[in-house]
Amino acid sequence: MLSAYFILTANSFMQNPVGYINNPETGRAELTDFWAVLTNPVQLVTFPHVIAAAWMTGGGFVLAIGMWHVWRVKTASDDKPMYRKAARLGAVIVLVGGLTTAVTGDTQGKIMTEVQPMKMAAAEALYETVPEGVGAPFSILTVGTPDGKEEKWAITAPKLLSFLATGTFDGEVKGINDLNEEYQLAYSDEALTAAADYRPVIPVTYWAFRWMIGLGMAAAGVAALALWALRGDRPLKHRLWFYASLSVFFMPLFANSFGWIFTETGRQPWVVFGVLTTSNAVSPGVSLFEVALSMTIYTLVYAAAAVVMIGLTLRYAKAGAEHVDEESFDPKHRADDAPYVFTY
Amino acid sequence: MELTTIWFILISILWIGYFVLEGFDFGVGMLFPVLGRDREAVMSVGLDGEEVEAAPAQTGETRKRVMLATIGPVWDGNEVWLITAGGATFAAFPHWYATLFSGFYIPLLLILVALIGRALAFDYRGKVDSDSWRARWDGVILVGSAVPALLWGVAFTNIVRGVPIDADMEFSGTLFTLLNPVAVLGGLVTVSLFLTHGALFLALKTDGPIRHDARAIGLKVGLVGAVLAVVWLAIVHAGTGNTQSWIVAGLAALALVASLLMASKAKEGWAFIGTFSAIGLAVTSLFVALFPDVMPSTTEAAYSLTVINASATDYTLGIMTWVAVIFVPIVLLYQAWTYWAFRQRVSGHHIPTGVALAARTEKQRQTSGADPAH
Repeated sequence: MLSAYFILTANSFMQNPVGYINNPETGRAELTDFWAVLTNPVQLVTFPHVIAAAWMTGGGFVLAIGMWHVWRVKTASDDKPMYRKAARLGAVIVLVGGLTTAVTGDTQGKIMTEVQPMKMAAAEALYETVPEGVGAPFSILTVGTPDGKEEKWAITAPKLLSFLATGTFDGEVKGINDLNEEYQLAYSDEALTAAADYRPVIPVTYWAFRWMIGLGMAAAGVAALALWALRGDRPLKHRLWFYASLSVFFMPLFANSFGWIFTETGRQPWVVFGVLTTSNAVSPGVSLFEVALSMTIYTLVYAAAAVVMIGLTLRYAKAGAEHVDEESFDPKHRADDAPYVFTY
Repeated sequence: MELTTIWFILISILWIGYFVLEGFDFGVGMLFPVLGRDREAVMSVGLDGEEVEAAPAQTGETRKRVMLATIGPVWDGNEVWLITAGGATFAAFPHWYATLFSGFYIPLLLILVALIGRALAFDYRGKVDSDSWRARWDGVILVGSAVPALLWGVAFTNIVRGVPIDADMEFSGTLFTLLNPVAVLGGLVTVSLFLTHGALFLALKTDGPIRHDARAIGLKVGLVGAVLAVVWLAIVHAGTGNTQSWIVAGLAALALVASLLMASKAKEGWAFIGTFSAIGLAVTSLFVALFPDVMPSTTEAAYSLTVINASATDYTLGIMTWVAVIFVPIVLLYQAWTYWAFRQRVSGHHIPTGVALAARTEKQRQTSGADPAH
C-alpha cells in the first residue's frame, strides 16, 4: 500500500502537476510543497481506485480457483467446502472492490474533467462541445469505422457523459476540437509545451475506456452470480461455470491494463500535463537503437515470464491445496536438525 | 555540513552496503556449477583398521539447495540497497542519475535483465520436479549472478576514472568507451572478490563437506582476487586518487590479505568479516577519490558533474534527510533481525527430500494409502 501510494503520487504529478515551480535560473521544475504533491486531488482518488482494482484482481484469482474446484468432478468432495469458502470470499472481495473501483472511478472522472478535460473528451471521442443544458450522451457500444471517427450504429445512454463528467445530467462537456484550439493558444508559445496537435490517439482512449469499465463490470457480474450460485452447499454443474472461472481470473487483470492504457495515452502528447511534452522529454543521450533494443528485450523477458507464471499457476491450481499437519510447523515440536518446512 | 555532502555520503553508504551484501549472494550464485556438483563420500581408515566415512556423499542437488538456503532469506533484502541507491541518486542528484542512466544504458539494461532472471530462477527452480527444468534455471542463476558482478565493476571504474561528458552534461562516448582495459580489469576484480566473498560466506553458513570445499575455493580465488584488486586499486588511485583514498585502498588490501590468512586457519567468521571489510573499504576508496565530483568528464574538467551542479534543491534534500533519518534505522534493524533469525548453519540433512508438488503428491499418496478410510 505504501509503495503504491508513492508510485501513484509520481504518476498523479504527471497528470496534474502541483507543489512545484519552474525555476528559470536552473531551467527545471523544482519541488516547493511536498505536502501538496502527496495530497494532489488526482492522487487522492487515484490511490483508492488502483487499490480497489488490485483487490478485484486478487479476489478474482481466489474466486476463479475456488469456483473451478467446486465445479470440477475430480476434486475430492472432502475438499469442496474449503474451495466453496474461498470462492465466496473471492467473490465478496471482487464485489466490494468493484463497487469501490466504480465510485472512485466516477470521482476521478469529475476531477479529470477539471484538470484534463481533453482526456474526458477523448474517453467518449466527443469532438464537438455539448453546451450546458443539452446533456452529452455516453455511447456504450459503437459500431463504426475502425478509427472511431464515423459512427454507423451505437447504443447510447442519453446525458450520461454529462453526468460522468460534471455530476449533472445537462452540464457542459467540452469537445476535442474546441479543447485542441484552447491548448494551441495556451501552450504553443513555449518550447517545452509546444505541439502541433494536442489530441491523444482517440480510438485507443475510446476503446480502452470501454474495455476498462466493461471488463470490470463483467468481473463484478460474474462474482455476483457466483455468490448466488454458491449459497448453501449447492453444487456447480453447468459447463459455463468453467468459463466463468477462467474469465474472472483474467477480466480484472485486463481491466487494470486497459485503465492504465487509457490514463497514460489519454494524457498524450504530454508527459507532465501542461508542463512538458513527451517529445521534449526524450533523453538526448539515448539512441533509437538502444530504446528499441531495451523495449524488445523487456517484452521478450516479460512474455517468457508470463508463460512460465501462467503455466505454474495452472499446475498448482490443479494440484489443489496442501493438507497440512499443523503440528509439524510448530517450532516447539521441531528439532534443530529437522528438515526445513520451507526452503528454495 | 552541506546537505549535498551528506547525501553524497549517504549514497556512498548505500552502494557500499549493496556490494558487501549482494556481493556474497552473487558469489554463491556464480559458485553454483562448481560447488553444486555430486561429491563422493570421503573414506578414511579408522583406529581399528576399518574404513569409516569421514564425510558422507552428497548429491549436487542437495548441495545446490544448501547453497540456496544460505542466501534464500536475505538475497532480496540485499537487493533493496541497490534500489535505494538508485532512488536516492534520482532524487538527490537528478543530473547524475540522468547522465549515468542514459550514458550507461546498455550495461544497466543487461544488469537489470540479469537481476530479473536471477530472481525468477531462485523462485521457480524448485517449483517443478524435473532435471532439465532445474538445469535451465541453474544456468539463469549463474549468468544472472555473473553478469551484474562483472558489469558493476566495469561501471564503477568508469564512473571514478571519468567518461566523456559534454557541456550539456551528456555522455558523449559509446559502449566501447566503457569497455576500456582498466574498466574490464575492474569487472574481473568485482567478479573474483564476490566469488571469494560468496565462498567464505558459504564456509561460514554451511556445515558438512560443502563447508570445507567452499573454504578451499575461497582461498584459491581469493589469491587471484587479491592480486587483481591491488593492481586495479593502484591504477585507479594513481589516476584520480588523493592521500585519503590511497589510505582507504591500502586498508582494503590489508583486510583482504588478513581475510585469506584467517581462511587458511579455518577461522571462517573472521575470514568473512575480512572480505566484507575489504569490499566495503575498496568501494569507500572509490567514493573518497570521486568527491566532490560525482561523474568526472574526460572531455573537459569544467564539464564534470559535481555534488553542487548535479544536485536537487535544498528543500528536496531536507525532506529526503528526514525520511532517511526515520527509515534507514528501521531497515537496518529488520535486515539485521533476518540475519539473526537465520543464523543457523545449513547442512544437507536440513534439505527436505523431493521438491514442491512432486513431494506433496507423494506425501498425500502415502497418507491416503496408510489410511484408506481418510
